[in-house]
Amino acid sequence: MSKISVSDITKVFGPNPKQGLERLNQGYSKDDILADTGNTVGVNRASFDVEEGEIFVIMGLSGSGKSTLIRLVNRLIEPTSGHVYIDDEEITNMNKDELIEARRQKLGMVFQNFGLFPHRTVIGNVAYGLEIQGVEKEEQIEKAKQSIADVGLNGYENSYPSELSGGMQQRVGLARALANDTDILLMDEAFSALDPLIRKDMQDELLRLQKRLGKTVLFITHDLDEALKLGDRIAIMKDGQIVQIGSSEEILENPANDYVSNFVKDVDRSKVLDASQVMRRPEVLTTYKNGPRTAVRKMEEFGASSIFVVDRDERFQGLLTIDDAIRSYKEDIPMEDVLKRDVHTTTPDTALNDLIGIAVDTKYPIVVLSEDNKLLGIISRVSILSGLVLGKEHDEEVTEA
Amino acid sequence: MNYFYFPLEQWTNTFVNEWFLPTFSSAFESISVVLNSFVDFVTNTLLFIPAELFTLILVLIAWRLGGKGLAFFTLIGMLYLGSVDIWEESMNTLSIVIVSTFVSLVIGIPVGIFSAMNNKVQAIVRPTLDFMQTLPSFVYLIPAVLLFGLGGVSAVIATFIFAAPPAVRMTNLGIRHVPKEVIEASKAFGSTSKQLLFKVQLPLAVPSIMAGVNQTIMLSLSMAVIASMIGAPGLGATVLTSISRVNIGLGLVGGLGIVVLAIILDRITQGIGQNTK
Repeated sequence: MSKISVSDITKVFGPNPKQGLERLNQGYSKDDILADTGNTVGVNRASFDVEEGEIFVIMGLSGSGKSTLIRLVNRLIEPTSGHVYIDDEEITNMNKDELIEARRQKLGMVFQNFGLFPHRTVIGNVAYGLEIQGVEKEEQIEKAKQSIADVGLNGYENSYPSELSGGMQQRVGLARALANDTDILLMDEAFSALDPLIRKDMQDELLRLQKRLGKTVLFITHDLDEALKLGDRIAIMKDGQIVQIGSSEEILENPANDYVSNFVKDVDRSKVLDASQVMRRPEVLTTYKNGPRTAVRKMEEFGASSIFVVDRDERFQGLLTIDDAIRSYKEDIPMEDVLKRDVHTTTPDTALNDLIGIAVDTKYPIVVLSEDNKLLGIISRVSILSGLVLGKEHDEEVTEA
Repeated sequence: MNYFYFPLEQWTNTFVNEWFLPTFSSAFESISVVLNSFVDFVTNTLLFIPAELFTLILVLIAWRLGGKGLAFFTLIGMLYLGSVDIWEESMNTLSIVIVSTFVSLVIGIPVGIFSAMNNKVQAIVRPTLDFMQTLPSFVYLIPAVLLFGLGGVSAVIATFIFAAPPAVRMTNLGIRHVPKEVIEASKAFGSTSKQLLFKVQLPLAVPSIMAGVNQTIMLSLSMAVIASMIGAPGLGATVLTSISRVNIGLGLVGGLGIVVLAIILDRITQGIGQNTK
C-alpha cells in the first residue's frame, strides 16, 4: 500500500475546464488547447505513488505545474479529474468536513514564502493546527514546544515572525507542519526562498528530521541539485506532465528523453554519483598462479600496461605493471614481491566527490573493493577528472571507450 | 435633446407619496423610535457626565493612544469647548457621530466581509456604495425627513448613507489583501471557513478596518454639520444660525468647535489603528 497514490490527476484552469479536459483526452497539446479554448492545462494526467517514509521530489521549472500538483493532493486546488488516495482513502471524493479532517490528521504543509501568520507569535503559529482542532490548551503548548525544539528554535517561542530571519521563519513553518504530527509533509518549494547556505542547512535538517521521525515527504523544487540531494525518488515535470520518475542515479544515467538529459547535463555528477555507478569491471585480471608470463601476454592482448592481480577468491592483491612483470620473469622474482600494493582502494558507496582528491594524487586507477576485499571494479582517473572539466557527455564517451 | 419627456420627478413623487410611504410608514416609525431613543440615550449620557470628568477620561484615552501631544491638545480643546459655551452643542454633535458611526460599522463591516468572500456580493455592493457616496447629500436629506421627520434620527440616517461606505470598502479591501499563502496555510491545516475568517482574515484586516472606522467617523462629523439643516441639534446648528444671522463670530466659535472634535477623534482612532498593527 502506498502512502500517497495519485492517478491521472488533471487540472485545467480557465473558462471551461471540462472542454479543456475533453481536448486533452483527445490528444490535443497544451498549447493547442490554450489557443482554441482559452483553457490552461496546469497538470496533465499525472500519476505517481509515494511509499511510506520516502522523500519523493517533484522537480520542474516554473510553469511546469509542480506547485499546482502538490495543491491537488490536499485539494487546495480542486482537480478537474483524476484521483488522489492517502492511506487508501480517496481524498478526491471527500466532502468538505471529511477533507478538513484529512488535512488535520494526515497532511502537514510547508510553503515557499513560509505562509506564517504575522499576527501570531512563533508558538501561536506552531500551535495553530492543534488550536483549530480544539486540542486542550496545555497539550497545544506542550506539542508546539516540542516541535519548536525539533527544529532548533528554542527561546524564540514568543517572537513574531517579522522578527526572525528567513531561515528561522521557515523553521517555524516546518515546526508548524510537524506539530500536527501528520504522517505526510507536503513541502512546496520550501527552501527556494532561502539563500544557499541556509538552504543547505535546512536540507540537512530535513534529512535529519525525516530519518528520526520517518515522515513521508512530498517535496517540490525547481532546483535539480536539491532534488538529487533530498529525493529517494524524483519525478521530473514538464508542461504539466510527469516525464520521468526514478532515483537520482536512474535519472542521471538513463534520462527518459532529451528534455531530461538536457536538464541533467550540467549536474555536478560527482556530488550525486557514487563509486559503484562509475566503476567498470576490469578487463584484465590475473592470479599469482598464472605467473608473470601469462600476465605479460594478457597485457599484450588487451593493450594494457598494467594488470590487477587477485587471489583464488577474487580478493584483491595489487597491481602489476609491465615493467615489474618483465623484471619478475627475467630475474625470477616471485610476483608477490614486485606487486604494487599502494594502489588506492575505496568502497562502492563512496561519493565520487570524495574520490577527486585521490584521483589527482595517484597514477593508477582507483580500485573498488567489497567489504571482504573482493575486487568489484576499477575507476579510471580519467572518468573522475574529466567529468570535472568536460561535463557529462564527454565523460561518458571516455568511460565507454 | 428632449426628444421625449421622461417624468422622473412626477413618477417619484407619486411612487413615494402614494405607495412607499403608506406601505412602509409603520416600519419607518419603529426604526425611528429605536434610533431616537438610542440618540437620546447617548446624548443624555454625555451630558450627564460632568464636563470635567469627561475631559479627564478623554485626555487619558488620548494620552494612551496618541501620546502626550495629543493629550495636551485634547485638554486645550475641551477647555475651549467649555469656555466659548458650546459644550452642550458639542455633546449633541458627538452623540449623532457616535450613533451613526455605530450603525455604519454594525452594518458596514459585515457587508464588507460578505463582499470580500463573494464576488457576486461585491458586484452588487460596489455600485451601491458609489451611489451612496456620490449622490449629493441634500438629495437624501429630503426623503430622510419625509420618512423619519425632522431631528436627530434623520440626521443619523443621512449620516449613515454618507459615512458607511468607507467601512464597507476598507473591510473588503483588508480581507482581500491577506496574502494568498497565509490563507492557503490556514486551509492546509484544516481550518473551517469560520476559523479562517476569525483566526486569520479578520485579525490581519484589522489595520485596514480601523482606517475605515477612522474615515467613517470623520465623514460622520462632516455630515453632522450638514444634517443640522434637517433639524439635528449641535455644532452644525450653531454654524447654521450664524449664517442666517450673518454672525461671523458665532460662525467661528461653532466652526472651531467642529475642528477640535474632528482632530481629537481622528488622532485617537488612528492611534487605535496603529496599535493593532
